[in-house]
Amino acid sequence: MKTAVVVFPGSNCDRDLAVALELVTGVKPAMLWHDDTDLPPGLELIALPGGFSHGDYLRSGAIAARSAIMREVIAAAGRGTPVLGICNGFQVLTEAGLLPGALMRNAGLDFVCRDVALEVVTTETPFTRGYQPGETVTIPVAHHDGNFQADADTLDRLEQQGQVAFRYAEEVNGSARNIAGILNAKGNVLGMMPHPERVVEQAHGNTDGRKLFEGLLNVLA
Amino acid sequence: MKARVTVSLKPGVLDPQGRAIHHALEGLGFPQVADVRVGKVIELDVADGTTEDQVADMARKLLANTVIENFKVELA
Repeated sequence: MKTAVVVFPGSNCDRDLAVALELVTGVKPAMLWHDDTDLPPGLELIALPGGFSHGDYLRSGAIAARSAIMREVIAAAGRGTPVLGICNGFQVLTEAGLLPGALMRNAGLDFVCRDVALEVVTTETPFTRGYQPGETVTIPVAHHDGNFQADADTLDRLEQQGQVAFRYAEEVNGSARNIAGILNAKGNVLGMMPHPERVVEQAHGNTDGRKLFEGLLNVLA
Repeated sequence: MKARVTVSLKPGVLDPQGRAIHHALEGLGFPQVADVRVGKVIELDVADGTTEDQVADMARKLLANTVIENFKVELA
């Protein structure tokens, strides 16, 4: 399975994500730089990592969303290529317009860095089909701007159309309707604040994140 | 010439920073404050002849996130 990780200046989870992808797929992902203008042919997953792209200047993810490589990522998403954005990657996807809503400062103003319980809301996607519907998993978060907000119509639409992938099973950051991860309408773009790449081996304490990557593998292989 | 873009949160969008500042002002003995909203002012040094429309285009494409923010352009 051919995957790629996009690296922006200030990304800091890119190597963890690459390790997780190689562990599950058996193939090292291509590492793409923010000002690359081409994607390698035949990619089956493009992953945007966590971190602090461009120092979170202006708004988290705002400057990265306008970088050269993102024009190609947007085009690939339009062709149906799966795109996964984790943490800062989720912020980049909303800023790029690939996902609705915005990720604002956590309601408590704290940087939240801990394991959280998540409900898997839909398993009808390549990203979540490795889980059971309604399953509760434990995946860590580490963010300052994870408070998902959108207008009421958008939130209703996300819920009605099965675009909510993960919900916090506890209060974490003030997100509207406890949303932790959402999909685009076509279901090939997922953004989530929790870090599945940090829980893929027993040495990490649990392996609840591994099923997300394995689910992709089973679909795409 | 200078252009100034003022970016503010749309009404109704939760502003945790504004709320924290509000609490701090109350703690300092300013009970008359009803609400606080935090925004940004971005000052641009632009070529003479730059139009308000061109700066508004910059605001829409990058300086503001129109999902959650409004902006205002002033030229001077």
